[in-house]
Amino acid sequence: MPSFHLILFLAFGVVCMGGAINLLAQRHPINSALSLIAVMAALAGEYLLLGAEFVAAVQVIIYAGAVMVLFVFVIMLLNAGIEEETKGSRVALLLGVPGVLIGSVFVAWVVLRNSGTEAVPIGALPGHPTDIAQLLFHDFLLPFEVTSVLILIAIMGAVVLASKPDASERKAN
Amino acid sequence: MVPLSYYLLLSGFLFACGVLGFLIKRNIITIFMSIELMLNGVNLSFVAFAAHWHVLAGQIFVFFVMVVAAAEATVGLAIIIAVYRTRETLNVDQVNLLKL
Repeated sequence: MPSFHLILFLAFGVVCMGGAINLLAQRHPINSALSLIAVMAALAGEYLLLGAEFVAAVQVIIYAGAVMVLFVFVIMLLNAGIEEETKGSRVALLLGVPGVLIGSVFVAWVVLRNSGTEAVPIGALPGHPTDIAQLLFHDFLLPFEVTSVLILIAIMGAVVLASKPDASERKAN
Repeated sequence: MVPLSYYLLLSGFLFACGVLGFLIKRNIITIFMSIELMLNGVNLSFVAFAAHWHVLAGQIFVFFVMVVAAAEATVGLAIIIAVYRTRETLNVDQVNLLKL
C-alpha cells in the first residue's frame, strides 16, 4: 500500500512530466507557455510535499505568475504564430540529442544505484518563513543585497533594449 | 515517505526536457521557455536536497535562482523584442548574421 505522500508525489510528477513533454510537442508558443505554467504549478505542489511552503508560494507568485505573464505578454505582443519548420543546426541534432539521452540515462543510473531507498522525511524541515527570513537577512545578507543590484541592472537593461531605437536617436540629436 | 532518488529523477527529467527543447525548438520564445524549464528542474533538486540534509540554505538558493531567472527573463524578452523589431522574425535560423 503506497503512502499518501507517494501518491501525491506521483500525481504532481505525472503533471510535471506531461507538461514538459507537451512543451516540446506543441508547435504554437502560447501552448508551450501554458504547459510550462502547468509544470510550475505542479512543482509548487512538490515543494509543499517537501515541507517548503514559502518556496511553493513564491514559485506560484513569481514564476507561474510574474515571469510567465511576461512570456505570455511578449507572445501576444509579437503575435507569434505557429513555429516554422526549418532545418536547424545539424550538429545540434546529431550530437546534442543523443548526448542528452545518454547523459540523462547515465544520471538516472547513478541516482538509482547510489541513493537506494533513503526517504525524505516530509514535514521534518522547518520551512517556515521566519526561519527563511532569519537565514536570508542574516547569513545571506550580502548575496541578497547583490541581487537587488542585479535586478536594478536588469530593469535598466530591459528598458534600454526594448525602447524604440529612433527615440534614443532623437534624444542624441 | 518518498525516496530522494524519485525527486532527483523528476528533476533530471525536467532538465533533460529543457535541453532537448533548447536543441530542437526553432522559435526563440520557446527556446527561452526551455531555459526556464531547466532552471525549474534544478530548483526541485535544491529543495529535495535541502529537505534531505535538513539544511535550510538549499531553499535560500532557490530564491537566488528565481531572482536570476526573473532578471534573465526581463532582459531576454527585451532582446527578443529588439530582434523582432529589426529582423521581423522569431525563427532562430533566420537570425544568423554572426554565423560562419
